[in-house]
Order: sequence, then structure tokens, then C-alpha cells
Amino acid sequence: MNSKRGFSSVVFTLVVLFFYLPLVILILFSFNHSKTMSWGGLSFRWYEELFFHSRTLWNSVFNSVIVALSSGLISTIVGTLGAVGISWYDFRGKRMLQVAGFLPLILPEIIIGVSLLIFFAGIKLKLSLFTVFLAHTTFNIPFVLLMVTARLEEFDFSIVEAAYDLGAREIDALLRIIIPLAFPGILSGFLIAVTLSLEDFVITFFVAGPGASTLPLHVYSMIRFGVSPVINALSVVIIAATAVLALSAGNVFKYIVRK
Amino acid sequence: MRRNAGPLYVAPLALWLCCFFIVPLGIIALYSFMSKGVYGGVVHRFSFGGYTALFNPLFLTVTLTTFLIAASSSVITVLLALPAAYFIARSARKNLWLFLVIIPFWTNFLIRIYAWIAILGNNGFLNSLLLATGITSHHLQFLYNKYAVLLVTVYTYLPFAILPLYSTIEKFDFSLLEAARDLGATVSQSIFRVLIPSIRGGITTAILFTFIPAFGSYAIPQILGGSDSLMLGNIIARELTVTRNWPLASSIAMVLTVVTTFGVVLFIRLNRFQTVTTAPEAFTAGGVDGDEQ
Repeated sequence: MNSKRGFSSVVFTLVVLFFYLPLVILILFSFNHSKTMSWGGLSFRWYEELFFHSRTLWNSVFNSVIVALSSGLISTIVGTLGAVGISWYDFRGKRMLQVAGFLPLILPEIIIGVSLLIFFAGIKLKLSLFTVFLAHTTFNIPFVLLMVTARLEEFDFSIVEAAYDLGAREIDALLRIIIPLAFPGILSGFLIAVTLSLEDFVITFFVAGPGASTLPLHVYSMIRFGVSPVINALSVVIIAATAVLALSAGNVFKYIVRK
Repeated sequence: MRRNAGPLYVAPLALWLCCFFIVPLGIIALYSFMSKGVYGGVVHRFSFGGYTALFNPLFLTVTLTTFLIAASSSVITVLLALPAAYFIARSARKNLWLFLVIIPFWTNFLIRIYAWIAILGNNGFLNSLLLATGITSHHLQFLYNKYAVLLVTVYTYLPFAILPLYSTIEKFDFSLLEAARDLGATVSQSIFRVLIPSIRGGITTAILFTFIPAFGSYAIPQILGGSDSLMLGNIIARELTVTRNWPLASSIAMVLTVVTTFGVVLFIRLNRFQTVTTAPEAFTAGGVDGDEQ
């Protein structure tokens, strides 16, 4: 027993080192004066370059945020309504819809990217930020569906039936019973959707038009030119921003669940 | 059910999935049976060309490489994840360790890939270190081969293996291990004949969570791979954008889709079979049956 726990703690320590070492090196070298990965003294020049001389980069950040928020919102609405229908109602083709709502979760991203690219070419829709929005909403919907369905499973349909019996219209039942009940699931669905959208590279790579670069696409184009200290600085900003966002999202979430 | 508002609720979902998922997938299924146009794209004429082209040696090599990279990265990942998850599940500070495992993956996927370029690149950290200490006198090439692809694939999917393994190991009754030891089993016997069979479900989930994304991988081999690590995803992209052989790109995409779906269906069957055959799980599942009518 003990030898096994000794062994497992060694492996766990190595795994944590493996996870953090690359990030620690990025953080350290973001303060490096030299342009290469050998130490040339402490400096903030890459942060200065990042914040004051990287207009196209910030443009791509702006694009990313717009796509993340809009696709997060639409996928949350479509996914939540769909989850209510699937969890609490019976209708023809329900099984097929469930499969169609699950399949995008397991298919490789490149399949979604390629099929959408061919589809957009077929309907002669020009690639732009709008096609990125359509693609992101498509891969986000299944995640919202999953989160909200999981939340709704904890409740009985009889709550809604009681509301009907007391004279509630469908819209009352939705706005005053279903949505408040499912809210933690809806919120986590929205947060996952926004995160996945900000994170996505592969699908965006296929469906983004000229001038519709998102942050991951911009980072990709920078990586192709090799090591750039500006990316080091950018990484630190992203790490800090995600930590702050995740912590505050966690607190908001706790507050809502407690309420 | 008094009223059936179901179709109303699912209408936007059904419409969206139909337009942007089922129809596009149907189009590539159709295109895979069409002919290649002279200037790229497709000509609407039935042909098996997309599929017969799959039997050329280059494509078969790429399929084999893809399978080997996905399989070995998933085996390495699970071998690392098993003890790590075991450690977390048996620790008093589970939440702290889980948090520690998840945090690095809040950073952007491309930033994590870039971090490895910054370390292993020709002008990267490792080369600078080796040159400065005089261990080597010239730059070493660590990137653009299958080992780099393997390393970063393991790095990317390790948390996806640790989490499901953790949740099954956590439910495992550790007094069974002590019982096995009391009955004279050695440490390795108690692990391989008591622990591992009981957490089989978690192990298959972990393998699936790493094998499937690795099999459909595009970005990692595209950025960190070389000629020895061309994967199916890269060939699809190349046929689509460079060679513009859309029927071939579509047929490879269909192969990926079918392999992935088959893997998942097999996995679900295996898991169902397990719930029926393992007594303790069937026992706890009894409570759920009441809800189904």
C-alpha cells in the first residue's frame, strides 16, 4: 500500500511539474530583455510592445470577444429551450434530435470545420466574422444542451404541471418556473460556451474570412514566425485574465447557487 | 402531459443543427462520392475516386501514423493519469490537487503549444541552456517530428484522462484492497486483480477521451509535426485548401467520422455491458430505474 502511494505521489509531482514548467518558463521570459530565450536582464519592453504597438493583436482580441459573447448568447438560448423540450416533452424524432445534439461533442473539430467550410462555399456565403459566429454557435449548442439537461434532470416535471394547473401560460411557466430552476445550468452552459469560443482554433481556422482574425488565429500567425517575446507577455496577460475571470465567475456562481 | 409544447421548444435547436451540422455533414458524405473538378472543387458525377484514392501507399502510411500516434499518446496518458488520479483520490486535499490539475488548461490551447515551441525550438530555452552550459556546441532540433507531437498531445489530453479516472477511483471502496492483502495477495496482485478491474469504466473513458481527439488531431501535428508525423487531419486540410481535391478531402473526413462514431458506440456498449455484469454498480443503479417508465 505504502509503496503504491509513494509511487503515485512521485508520479503526481512529476505530472504537476510537467503541467506548470512550460507556463513558468513563459512567465519568466516575458520579463527578459533579450529577444531570444537566453536571459538578457529584466525588462518590461515586451509588455510595452504588447500594449502600445500591437494594434492588429488587439483587433483580434476584440473580434474574439464579439464572437464569444454573441455565440455564447445565441447558443445558450437555443440550447436551453432545446434542453427543456428534450427533458420534459415527448415528440416525434426526439431520439434523432438527441443523437444530432450529441454527435458534435465527439466528432473531431476538423470535421465540423471542413463540413462548414464546404457548406458555406456551397451556399455562396462569404467567409467573415459572421461565419465564425455561425460555426462557434454550432459547436457551443451541444455543450449548453448537456449542462442544462443535467440540471433539469434534478427536477420533476410535476412542478411545471402544478403551474399549469394553477393557470400559468406556457410563457409564464418558462420565465417564472423553468428558467429560474435551471439557472445554474444555464449560466455554466453560457460560461463554457464563451470559454470554448475564445479557445477555438481549428474550426475558426477553416471558416474565418480575411480580416476576421480571432486571437487564436493571430497567435497562430505569430507562432509561424518562431519565438516571439511578445507572445510570452501575451501569455502572462491571458493567464492572469483567465485566473481573475475564473475566480470571479466561481464566486458569482456560488452566490447564485446559494440564493 | 396536458399540453405538448415540446416541438415549440426544440424547433430552434432542430433547425440550427439541421442547417449547420446535419446538412454540411450530408454534403461531405455526398461529395465523397463525386468526381474532382479540373480546377478543384467537385463535379456532380458519381465516382468512387475519393475512396479508391484512399488505397495509395501515402494515405495508408498516414492512416497508420495517425493510429500509432493516437494509440501511443493515449496509452502514455492513461499510464501517467492512473497513479496521478489515485494519488488525488486518496489525498486529504482532493479539491486543491484537482484545482492544480485544471488551472493550466484555462490558458489558451495555442499558448500551451507555443510554450513548448519556446522551450524546444531551435532558439528555445532548452537549446540556450545546452549551449550556455557547453553540453552541445550547436543547436539541436527537438521539434517538427513525431516525438514533439506525442509530447504535446499527452500534455494537452492528460487532464481529460485524470478527471474521469479520479471520479471512478474516488468511488472505489479501498477496504477491498486491505481485504485482498489480508487474504494473502501481494501489493501488485491487489492492484491488478482488485483495483484495476473495478475502475475499468474510468479507464475506458480516459482512453476514449484521449484517443478520439488525438486521432482527429489537426493543430498539434500542423504546428509541431514534421514529415514523419503527417496525420489524417493535415491531409484533409491539404486536400481541401492546397490540392483542392474536395472528393478526397470528403472521403478522408468520412473515414474519420465513421471511426470516431464507431469508437464511441463501442464504448457505450462496453459500459452498458459492465453495469449489467458488475454487481455493486447494478445494485446502485437500482434507484435510477424507478424514474423510468
